[in-house]
Amino acid sequence: MALEISQEIVDAILEQSRAEYPDECCGVVLGPVGADKALRLKPMINSAHSPTFYEFDPKDLLALYREVDDNDEEIVVIYHSHTETEAYPSRTDIAYAGEPGAHYVLVSTRKEIAPATEFRSYRIIDGVVTEEPVVITA
Amino acid sequence: MTIEVRIPTILRPYTKDQKAVSAEGSTLSAVITNLDSTYAGLGERLLENGALRRFINVYINDEDVRFLGGLEAPIKDGDSITILPAVAGG
Repeated sequence: MALEISQEIVDAILEQSRAEYPDECCGVVLGPVGADKALRLKPMINSAHSPTFYEFDPKDLLALYREVDDNDEEIVVIYHSHTETEAYPSRTDIAYAGEPGAHYVLVSTRKEIAPATEFRSYRIIDGVVTEEPVVITA
Repeated sequence: MTIEVRIPTILRPYTKDQKAVSAEGSTLSAVITNLDSTYAGLGERLLENGALRRFINVYINDEDVRFLGGLEAPIKDGDSITILPAVAGG
């Protein structure tokens, strides 16, 4: 298992993370049902507006699922940023992970490693975190 | 009175992989009780200490039940209930 994702989408997520600093940013990448292809970036609003927590607004969440259903798409990637810590799922991330089919992407744009960044992907199923390779395509 | 309830992926092991199931009840609480009697264990995934779990979102038609009275929210014939896990973390 690996996550394949374009450089363009990776760059856009990292840019969103910097732009929303110090709050965590979040969003999804969508793709056609059953293809496991992360093709369409959809940034979401972090309704928690917090440096240590993120949450999709419940109304936005319902609209997202409706849109995905209408387009015969699925949520391939759920991403959020850590602005002060490494790109590894926190205990809260693990407790809340509710999409067993999704790649959970964590990015870190913390200052101590700048200008380097981290972009890592995980499966989180029944509380078990498994990191997977990220293959960045042109 | 039959209500359609849309089930998220993570809870489909309880519904034999069905995306939508039918249930009955005139309040959300009654619908959940009815669901749990058909799909044992589902109720516990939705409720904790008698309240909706913090990281489960339930909608009646397009409205978050938190704005409709929570578990006491009235349900009428033809309503559609959608259950979605919150997308959240730290």
